[in-house]
Amino acid sequence: MALENLAGRVPPPRRASLAHLRDGVGGLLDVALVLWFPGPDCATGEDLAEFHCHGGRAVVAAVERALAAIPGLRRAEAGEFTRRAFANGRIDLAEAEGLGDLLAAETELARAAALANAGGALSRQVEGWRERVLGLSAEVEGVLDFSDEEDSADLPECFTWNIAALAQDLRQWLARPRSERLGEGFRVVLAGPPNAGKSTLFNALTESEAAITSPIAGTTRDVIERSVAIGGVPFTFVDTAGLRDDGLADEIESIGIDRAKSQLARADLVLWLGPEGGGPPGAWEIAAQADRDGFVPKRSASFTLSATSGEGLGALKSGLVKAARDALPKPGEAALNARQHARLSEAAEALEGAQGLSDPLLIAEELRRARLAFDRLIGRATTEDMLDTLFGRFCIGK
Amino acid sequence: MHHYDVLVIGGGHAGVEAACAAARMGVRAALVSFDLDAIGAMSCNPAIGGLGKGHLVREVDALDGVIGRAADAGAIHYRMLNRSKGSAVWGPRVQADRVRFKAAVQRTVRAQANLTLVQGEAAALVLKSGVVAGLELADGTVLDAPRVILCTGTFLGGILYRGEERFEGGRIGENAAKRLAQQLRAADLPMARLKTGTPPRLDGRTIDWAALEEQPSDGEEWTMSPLTPRRVNPQVFCAITRTMQAGHDAIRANLHRSPLFSGAIAAAGPRYCPSIEDKIHRFGDREGHQVFLEPEGLDTHLVYPNGISTSLPVDVQETVVRTMPGCERVAIVQPGYAVEYDHIDPRALTPDLQLRAIPGLYCAGQINGTTGYEEAAAQGLVAGLEAAAAVLGKAAPQLDRANSYIAVMVDDLTLQGVTEPYRMLTARAEYRLRLRANNAATRLTGLGIEAGCIGPQRRAWWERREDVREMFHVKHSTKVHARELAELGLPVRRDHGEKALSEWLRHDGVTPAALAPWLEEVTTLDPLLAEEMAEDAAYAPYLARQDAELRDLRASEALPLPADFPYAEVPGLSNEMVERLTRAAPGTLAAAGRVPGVTPAALSALLVHARRRIAA
Repeated sequence: MALENLAGRVPPPRRASLAHLRDGVGGLLDVALVLWFPGPDCATGEDLAEFHCHGGRAVVAAVERALAAIPGLRRAEAGEFTRRAFANGRIDLAEAEGLGDLLAAETELARAAALANAGGALSRQVEGWRERVLGLSAEVEGVLDFSDEEDSADLPECFTWNIAALAQDLRQWLARPRSERLGEGFRVVLAGPPNAGKSTLFNALTESEAAITSPIAGTTRDVIERSVAIGGVPFTFVDTAGLRDDGLADEIESIGIDRAKSQLARADLVLWLGPEGGGPPGAWEIAAQADRDGFVPKRSASFTLSATSGEGLGALKSGLVKAARDALPKPGEAALNARQHARLSEAAEALEGAQGLSDPLLIAEELRRARLAFDRLIGRATTEDMLDTLFGRFCIGK
Repeated sequence: MHHYDVLVIGGGHAGVEAACAAARMGVRAALVSFDLDAIGAMSCNPAIGGLGKGHLVREVDALDGVIGRAADAGAIHYRMLNRSKGSAVWGPRVQADRVRFKAAVQRTVRAQANLTLVQGEAAALVLKSGVVAGLELADGTVLDAPRVILCTGTFLGGILYRGEERFEGGRIGENAAKRLAQQLRAADLPMARLKTGTPPRLDGRTIDWAALEEQPSDGEEWTMSPLTPRRVNPQVFCAITRTMQAGHDAIRANLHRSPLFSGAIAAAGPRYCPSIEDKIHRFGDREGHQVFLEPEGLDTHLVYPNGISTSLPVDVQETVVRTMPGCERVAIVQPGYAVEYDHIDPRALTPDLQLRAIPGLYCAGQINGTTGYEEAAAQGLVAGLEAAAAVLGKAAPQLDRANSYIAVMVDDLTLQGVTEPYRMLTARAEYRLRLRANNAATRLTGLGIEAGCIGPQRRAWWERREDVREMFHVKHSTKVHARELAELGLPVRRDHGEKALSEWLRHDGVTPAALAPWLEEVTTLDPLLAEEMAEDAAYAPYLARQDAELRDLRASEALPLPADFPYAEVPGLSNEMVERLTRAAPGTLAAAGRVPGVTPAALSALLVHARRRIAA
C-alpha cells in the first residue's frame, strides 16, 4: 500500500493530512499533504491515494521513483482514471466525454459546457428521452402482443403526436451549437481588397504581430490564423490575402486569393473591409482606417474604426463577443459533440421515420432503432472503437 | 440391459419433443412417464399457438417437431391473430380437441424409430462422480444413460389450491414426483416458486349459445404445419361473453378466501395472464372482463372459459360464472384451481439447457420457469437435440436471437432468469421482422437438415420448396419499367424508371397480386411462399439496416467466455458485476451484455480482459 510505504500510515478517509514521505531506506523525500479515498465512494470507485508534493521536478521525480519501487504499482495510462470510473459504473459515457472536454477546456465558455456534460446534464436529458421512447414502445408492443385481449385498443390518437413532439425536441437540440465549436472558437475571417487594413486589424484583434503589415498591396499572401479568447469566448481570427482580379497578382498571391475565398465559406462571420456591398452575404461592413486622410465612411457600416489608433476597436470587440455567444453553446448548457450529434440524429431520423408509418410493427422497429441510438449515446451498448477514440484523448492520469 | 443414450422424464409437451428430437438425431432414446396413456395430455387451455407462441410452434415444426402436426390433427378452430397488422406479428392459433391432439401425439411417439416408451415412476438419478449415469425407477429398475432430460412440469413440489382446500400433485389426479424433487433439492440448485392457475370447466349443454356473439374459425385454409395438407376436423365456433358487476361483487366479498390473497400463495403469477380475482383487485374500475367460451373438443361437452382462471372456493366460482350472459344456468364440471410449484432458476443452465451443477442433466419446460405448451415444446426440442448431439459428438442446429424465437427464449431464460412464469411475446425478439411465423421453414429447416434432425418427408418437401424459392428470386429480380405498371393501372408514376419487381413490391399499392403478369407462374406453385417472398421484399430496407447491428452482435458472439472465466480477476469490475456475471455465466461477450444490470463499462473491461486472455 503506497500510503503506508511512503507516509508510514493511512490517514483518515477524505481528510487532508500532513505527512513525511520517505523512500524504501527511510530517506526523507518531502513533507506533503496526503489524502486517502477508500472505494467505492470515490471518483473511480476504487481505493485512491493522493500525494500533494512540492512542485520541484526533483521532488516529484524522487516520489515517483519511490512509488515505482513498490511492487504492483505503475504509472497510470492515458485516460486510465476516467476509464476506471466508467468501468466501475461511476460515470456514463456522456459524463466521461464531458470530463475529457473539461480537461481540454481552454476558455471559460468551454469549461462551463464541459462541466455541464461531466455533471450528467446530457445524460439526464438522454435518459428522459429514452424513458419517453420506452413509453411509446410499450404502447405499440401492447397493441402488437395483446391486441386480442381486453384492452385491444389501437394506438391512441395522441400517439403520432407524441412521437412528433419528441422528434421535435431532438431536432431543437440538434440545431444547437456543437461542443467542438468551443474548442475551435468562433471563426472570424477578415476579407477585402488588398491594402484595406485587414492585417493591421487582425494584429489589433489578436494583440499580436503575427501578420506582416506594409503599405504594399498584396503583402499578405497566405492565410494566417490565430486563436484568442476575448471576454472568455474563444475566437479564431483569420487574416487573408486581399481579393483582387486585376491580373496583377503573381502565382503565389493567386493561390493565396483562392485560399482566402475558401476561408470565406468556412467562416462563422466575415469582417468585410472592402467597398460597401462587395462582401459576401451576412458579412459585417467594417469601415477601417478611419484615421487616414481621405477616409471614405460607409453608409451602412456595422463598425467604423481605426486599428492604428484603437478608435472603435472596443465596440467591435464587444460586438464580436455578443455574436459569438449567440452562436456558441450557452454557458452551463450541455452541448453535443460530433459523435453525440450523430447518434441523436439517428434517433431523430428513426422517430421521424415512425411518423409516416401505419403498420405498428414498423413503428415499433423505428422506436427500437431510436432506443438503440440513445443507448449508444450514453454508452449502454458500446464498441471498442468508440472507447479507444474517447480515451485516447486523455493525457496522463486524470 | 437397459441402456440408452438419452433418457427423457415426463411425457408432456417438453418431454415428447425432447424424446422425439433425440430419436430423430439417431440416438437411442427413451421416454419415462408415470402413465404412458397420459403422454400428450393438454393440462390447461385447449389452444395451441397465439402471439409469439404461434412462432414457436412453427419453429419447432420447422425442425421436424411434433406439436405442429398434432395441433392440426386436433384443430377444431383456426384463427390468425393480429391479421390486421404486419405479418411478422401474425399469430397462428388453433383450438384443439384434447382427445384428438393426444391421440396424434401418441401415434407419433409410438411410431418414432429409436424411441422406447417406459412406464414407471422416476425415483432418483443415478450419478457417478457427480455426472449423470442414468435413472432409477420406483420399482428399482435402473436405466443407464449418459444424458437425462427432466421435463417434469409442475410435478416438482406442486401444490394445488382451491379456496381453503389444498392438494399435492401437479395436475388434479396425479402424483407429484416427490423423491426426485428431494434429490434435486439436495443438489443445492437455485430454486424458486411460481404460481399458475386454470379456470373452471363448464358444461356446454348448459350454455345459451344463441344469446352470445359467435367467433367462427378462419375461413382460410392455412394449417399449423405445412406438412398438414388440409384441415381435417369439422370446425366449431367459440363465443364471447363477459364478467358482470354482480360477479365482481361476489369476488370482492370473498377475496380473503382466495389463497392468492389470504397469503397461502406467495409465489409470483404471470402478469399477462392474471387470475380473475387479480383482475378485479387491480382493475376494479372496469365494468367487465371479456371471456372466450372455447369448446374443448368434438366429442365432449366441456367448455373452457378463457379469461377467468381462479383459485376461489367452488361456491364463489359458481356465482361468478352464472352472472355472465349466456351462462345463467351453467354447470361447473370441474372447478378452477391455482398451482404453486418449484422451478429451477434457469440461470443455472447453459445455453444447451444442461445444468451446470450436474453434467449430463438437462431441464426443459415448466421446470425452468416458463408457462405454455409452446414454450415447453421448444425447450424440449432444444434439450433433445443438444443431448443427442453431445452423445454423437456433433453440433446441434445453431440457433441465435437473429434466427429464432426459440433461441430468444433460451437466451432470455439462461441469462436473465425469471420473475414470473415466462411466456413468449413478439416484443422479446429484437429481430422479429425477420422472425416471422410464415418463414420458419426458410430460417430453420436447412439448419435442421445439416444437424441431422429432419426426417425424409420434410426434407423432400423442403428441397422442393427451396427450388421454388430460387425461381422466385429469379422472378423478383426481373426489371420492369414504371410505364408497364402504370398501364396496368397501378399507382406508380410513369417516370419512375426501371426497377426490379422486388423493389416495386415496396411501393404502396403494388401488391403481389397486382404483379401477377410476372409472378403468377411461380405463385401458383406455392402461394404461401409467394406471400413470404413478397414480405421479404417489403421489409428489405429495414432488414438491411439491421445488418450492421447483426454484424456487431455476431462479432461479440464470437468472443467466448469460458464457464470458469475468472470475473473476479478482471480489473475494474465491481463486486456486484462479478456476482451477476458469475451467476449467469454468459457463454460469449454478447451474452454478457444481455445479463441484466451489467453496465457497458463492465463489458468493455471484460472485452479487454478476455482478449488479453485469448492472446496469452
